[in-house]
Amino acid sequence: MSASNSDTHAHAHGGNYFEAARGLKSWLITLDHKRIGVMYLFWVIAAFLFGGLLALGVRLELWAPGETIMSADTYNRFFTLHGLVMVFLFIIPGIPAALGNFVLPLQLGAKDVAFPRLNLLSFYIYVVGTCMALYSTIAGGVDTGWTFYTPYSATTGGSVVMMTLSAFILGFSSILTGLNFIVTVHKMRAPGMSWYRMPLLIWALYATSIIQVMATPVLGITLLLLAMERALGIGIFDPALGGDPVLFQHFFWFYSHPAVYIMILPGMGVVSELIATFSRKRIFGYRSIAFSSLAIAIISFLVWGHHMFVSGQSVYAGMIFSFLTFLVAIPSAIKVFNWTATLYQGSISMQTPMIWAFSFLILFTIGGLTGLFLGTLGTDVHLHDTYFVVAHFHYVMMGGTVMAFFGGVHYWWPKIFGRMYNEALAKISAVLVFVGFNVTFFTQFVLGTRGMPRRYYNYLPEFETLHKVSTMGVLIIGLGVTIMVLYLAKSLLSGEKAVANPWGAKTLEWTHAASPPVLHNFDETPVVEEPPYHYPAPGEESRPTKVPA
Amino acid sequence: MSSPNGGGFWMPPQASTVAAEVDSLFDFILYLNYFFFALITVLAIYFAMKYRRRRADQEAAGQLDHSMKLEWTWTVIPSLFLFVLFVWGFRLFLDMSTPPADALEVRVIAKKWDWRFEYANGAKTYGELIVPEKQAVKLVMASEDVLHSFFVPDFRVKQDVVPGRYTTLWFEALAPGTHQVFCTEYCGTKHSGMLATVTVLPPDEFKKRYDSGFEDPNAPKDPVAAGQQLFTQRGCMACHSVDGTKGVGPTLKGIWDAEEKMADGSSVKVDDNYIRESLMDPNAKLVAGFGPVMPSFKGQLDDQQVNDLIAFIKSLK
Repeated sequence: MSASNSDTHAHAHGGNYFEAARGLKSWLITLDHKRIGVMYLFWVIAAFLFGGLLALGVRLELWAPGETIMSADTYNRFFTLHGLVMVFLFIIPGIPAALGNFVLPLQLGAKDVAFPRLNLLSFYIYVVGTCMALYSTIAGGVDTGWTFYTPYSATTGGSVVMMTLSAFILGFSSILTGLNFIVTVHKMRAPGMSWYRMPLLIWALYATSIIQVMATPVLGITLLLLAMERALGIGIFDPALGGDPVLFQHFFWFYSHPAVYIMILPGMGVVSELIATFSRKRIFGYRSIAFSSLAIAIISFLVWGHHMFVSGQSVYAGMIFSFLTFLVAIPSAIKVFNWTATLYQGSISMQTPMIWAFSFLILFTIGGLTGLFLGTLGTDVHLHDTYFVVAHFHYVMMGGTVMAFFGGVHYWWPKIFGRMYNEALAKISAVLVFVGFNVTFFTQFVLGTRGMPRRYYNYLPEFETLHKVSTMGVLIIGLGVTIMVLYLAKSLLSGEKAVANPWGAKTLEWTHAASPPVLHNFDETPVVEEPPYHYPAPGEESRPTKVPA
Repeated sequence: MSSPNGGGFWMPPQASTVAAEVDSLFDFILYLNYFFFALITVLAIYFAMKYRRRRADQEAAGQLDHSMKLEWTWTVIPSLFLFVLFVWGFRLFLDMSTPPADALEVRVIAKKWDWRFEYANGAKTYGELIVPEKQAVKLVMASEDVLHSFFVPDFRVKQDVVPGRYTTLWFEALAPGTHQVFCTEYCGTKHSGMLATVTVLPPDEFKKRYDSGFEDPNAPKDPVAAGQQLFTQRGCMACHSVDGTKGVGPTLKGIWDAEEKMADGSSVKVDDNYIRESLMDPNAKLVAGFGPVMPSFKGQLDDQQVNDLIAFIKSLK
């Protein structure tokens, strides 16, 4: 990148952040949040592509009953690794660590995050965790499912200890990023940037960071206990050693349910930005959206038991968790209504990021609504651990977070790299992914209600047609993603130069920073004088912005 | 799209007393889903078309950014629906969790990767749960190894089976027929092969079969055929192939009378005593290249059955 930009306008203040320093070493020891964000971005996209290939393997195996392309044990490793890679290496760091790292200080009007060295450290911890995860797949593999349920995970072969330690290490990266963001939001806001003037992405990342800091240690402890049980034979979860397997599930979901919101909240933040910008509208119900992020972050700690309605926990525990689950549904619903209302009377432009935002809105709505079947005790019994659940969480995680991630990548791409991409190809890619996604996962709702259990290598003949349709959907997604990789690569090499604010956005990274920004983000510290997304009302003059030349 | 026995496009046939109620609740949520999905999608697409940007510099037609009335409406109305779902779902769940006092009790033992059913009179069945129609049946379930889960889609019931504790599940089948049982908690290599059936019989026929200890009147008399039936019913084929392919355990093809190399370097000739020992104490002499994963069948096979299995293994040339 730096090479391709080197001959462009040499800025009075030393050029953009790519030009500020040269060579591999300048990247490896950089403290610039933008460079760290870019490095994260490439890692998480690589993880996404790897996890996607694993998903392709899973779906191809399920093309027909019986053995199609791999053995049962290989299949079990494939779906386990798919889950682990997508959750721990892609979705959790995806928006906060990659896009968030780049955007958060810019949106706050800050020069950097509060602790730049800590930021680099969390990147390297993430790299080490990734390498450990990859090593454990080579050294024996893991076939426990990403949930590591005991006593299976305490007794099966493979390199479970290495993999759990990898997730343990990755947790530190997540905690440090969260900590960094919390302090940055509290202490680094530009003059005039009051809490209610912060863009909604910041609120979402702030809420996410709270969960990261508070919940991740529980996962760390749980995985460490599991590793101790395996390595030292200490009985904690394995009944053969006097332990309790259901206790593991409580521990695991005490982290992993809040983690669901670590995954979705940043996506909600991104979509708030996209919908406001591409409608040229002040966001409807700013405070509701901001506080619903915090409400979700808090209530998310109290709903873990809804993963365990048929696990053997007490009926009354089930009752309480069902009630609290419905409680957390309300702030999510409020956000969806607010986004829709924001479109009213807007000046709506269906550029690529907005197509992704619409995909998010539609798919997340389906994901949220189908969650009602699972939060309701009487219907969850039938649907639990079937393909219905698989479809539901893919609508939330992929239909929600991944769509928002790609929307964000396309939205901030010109800011990050200073280049535009081919808009026509980008739209085709977005539509292909949307269509392929629905073909893949809508069929899985039907498979699930009809009784098809998840994590099945083989299946009864009556499920074959739906499995075939689902597999074909993955091929469509694959085509869309391939096109995306190609035009984004082309954009890096020879894309048209981006202007400072190609979308007419109102947040500081667009109004006060160049594309790409200079090393310290702004030529002079921005002073914030109005709420976010303050587009002019009819007849009102727009406040002049300070876009750098 | 409903069929005579209930069920339809989404749900399988309704074969238990709770199925119709589960499906009513399912349908209620489904209509809520359709309504709110249509509301959001239609509005979003309508706004996107009506308010599309026609000139590059076009500003929004209005900047409405809050309305207390609207926000209260879309907070309160969905909340009321959610409360209905909670109450309805919990009441149904209570019914589904509370077996009637007169329920027929059957013990269920799950292990990788088969199901065993034990009745009060000592009768045992493998891979087939036989129950009378119109009679509540309570399953008291335990696992010998890892987590499993007992799922009968046609009955709308599911319950995890947990090692180290008992879990229960009950149902009342509406009519004679057979229904699929799945294991729905991931349990390893043959998780997807851990299947069973529920056979529902008319009460008099059930009583007859029950009193005879579920002896199969058509059971083969020939030892090889009887051994083959045991081999299938007891789940041996999950790990041991009969065609030479390597599975979780060694193949049994051509194993009789052969010299097998053991994990400790010694070698053993496969004869009557070795097969018997391998069934009762599988880890005593492990074949090289395989892990100590086979469960013991001590107390689960009588001498006649061991003889039948040996006859079957002998026949696998």
